[in-house]
Amino acid sequence: MSNVLVFIEGANSELKNSTKELLSVAKSSGATVSAIALGPEAKAYADKAAHYGVSKTFICSDQQFENYNPDLFVPAVTDLIKQSGANIVLASSSSLGKDLFPRVAAKLDSGFVSDCTDVQINGDDVTVKKPLYAGKCSADVKFDNSAIKIVLMRANQLKISEADSSLSSEVVESNPQAPDLKTLIKDIVKSTSEKVDLTEANIIVAGGRGMKEAGHFKLLEELADVLGATVGASRAVCDAGWVPHSMQVGQTGKTVAPNLYIACGISGAIQHLAGMSSSKVIVAINNDPEAPIFQKSTYGIVGDLFDIVPKLTEEFKKVL
Amino acid sequence: MKIFVCVKQVPDTETKIQLNSDGSSIETTNVKWVVNPYDEFAIEEALNLKTKNAGSTVTIVSMGPKSRVTDAVRTALAMGADDGIIINCEEEQDLFTTAKALADTIKAEGEASIIFAGKLAIDGNGAGLPQVMAEYLGLPHATVISTFEDQGGKYVVQRETESGSTKTYELTGPCVLSANKGLNTPRYASLPGIMKAKKKPIKDVEFSSLNIPSTFKKLTYSNLTLPPQKPSVKMIDGEAGAQANQLVDLLKNEAKVL
Ligand SMILES: Cc1cc2nc3c(=O)[nH]c(=O)nc-3n(C[C@H](O)[C@H](O)[C@H](O)COP(=O)(O)OP(=O)(O)OC[C@H]3O[C@@H](n4cnc5c(N)ncnc54)[C@H](O)[C@@H]3O)c2cc1C
Repeated sequence: MSNVLVFIEGANSELKNSTKELLSVAKSSGATVSAIALGPEAKAYADKAAHYGVSKTFICSDQQFENYNPDLFVPAVTDLIKQSGANIVLASSSSLGKDLFPRVAAKLDSGFVSDCTDVQINGDDVTVKKPLYAGKCSADVKFDNSAIKIVLMRANQLKISEADSSLSSEVVESNPQAPDLKTLIKDIVKSTSEKVDLTEANIIVAGGRGMKEAGHFKLLEELADVLGATVGASRAVCDAGWVPHSMQVGQTGKTVAPNLYIACGISGAIQHLAGMSSSKVIVAINNDPEAPIFQKSTYGIVGDLFDIVPKLTEEFKKVL
Repeated sequence: MKIFVCVKQVPDTETKIQLNSDGSSIETTNVKWVVNPYDEFAIEEALNLKTKNAGSTVTIVSMGPKSRVTDAVRTALAMGADDGIIINCEEEQDLFTTAKALADTIKAEGEASIIFAGKLAIDGNGAGLPQVMAEYLGLPHATVISTFEDQGGKYVVQRETESGSTKTYELTGPCVLSANKGLNTPRYASLPGIMKAKKKPIKDVEFSSLNIPSTFKKLTYSNLTLPPQKPSVKMIDGEAGAQANQLVDLLKNEAKVL
């Protein structure tokens, strides 16, 4: 039987939704599921992971694992994977996952696939789906010459199963030796935003050049507050400095796949679509009936966003 | 300093993708090929570093069919790089084999001071080649960097994470760095630059001569498919208030996403 290992990511003692997705798919494959958690909150994460059917979690709760440093994480995670005996590893295609696992894969002489939108686990056999050419097509990918198969999943792709808080699991603590570090963390500036990451958000309200100026993003924030959504943006407005680059959706920004994406004053350039076209439901609000965004949308409203958006906020307030 | 930049030639972002008959790859006949956009940031940063360090060289390394990728290498030379190396390989290789070929080729040139690459190739969407190459070379790495500073053999870079936090790392060189958008503004090749580039040396390496074991191949792609056709858009008419009301109703009762 196969042994699936899930790499846990969390924040503020809570598992990320993307991690819950991985735990759920691992369990439903019928495999034995173990997990890895690093950092001072590792034990709390291990306890939460147990609720999804993890039987054993390998943790390093040392303070030095609080912040990601590839020099430290690569050898530690490689060793834990070996120790676990796993032949399949599932992790999020997050900024940490994408930095860490390619190198871990190389160390293990095994393959990884990033940004997967689906994973099929049949015993030891793994097939993943991965978008290519900025989402213009996708391919099935299989592993060769890989004793361990590492799959990095895009967030919001898989169903989260019900947690069972009566379950608990074995926790194995290890304290790896700190290697001779060639990379040091000099500074960390935490974002002040309390909002859910764009890549994890269930609902995104995004603004483009049609917003006309930085101050008008307030309209989108008001709408987002009612919806519990995160605000995103097109490159044009990030480049103009109206909002930070971390809010950019698209080929050179973030890839998102929320349940609902509301595009306000965004024309729908191919590079923007590359980052959001796999959203489940897309709403476009644009005063140009010819805007390409409408072709990719589920619902479209031709009109002035400065009229529509405030009314939309009011209407949502009534039903939510 | 001996500075290297890994450059991939990719289909232009505006290219309409068509699949080949067995779904194993794309049809490349009508593709316009360009330098991978993220690699342009890598080239620009390398050129800036060279300017600040007299006597430095910038070498472009690219793998692919020579007849095609020469254009991409010439573009980088026209921006100001000194010379190029093309690993001639007609068949597409996976990320691991490519990383190994680049690592071996760079190693054969003597010790690199620093190696730049883009954070991601927009065709294969792998986002891992620089890290894998760093592992094969035994060098530290940092990816998706948005700032870079040379502090004499120590390199200070910043990297943003999805939550909007920024981490600053200091790496002891030599190292491998992958560039994000925003690292700099890549220059355009000037006309004199383009003329000069024609005379700059490009070295040829045959992929087969590197003797990379076939076990480096880790991935097989198949069954390429175009995204399913979306049902056509439902337009909501009327005045603003009615439109908003109807949209909320549809999202709640038809799409059921609230
Ligand atoms: C290599 C490369 C990478 C790129 N990467 C990205 C990326 O990651 N993300 C990205 O977004 N872009 C990216 N771009 C840029 C992209 O090509 C577009 O330029 C950009 O997406 C346009 O942003 P926009 O839709 O906000 O602006 P515009 O195209 O100017 O569209 C503004 C829209 O607002 C509408 N509008 C104006 N006023 C109103 C109003 N009052 N009410 C309603 N609607 C209104 C207009 O009709 C128009 O459709 C990239 C480009 C390149 C070349």
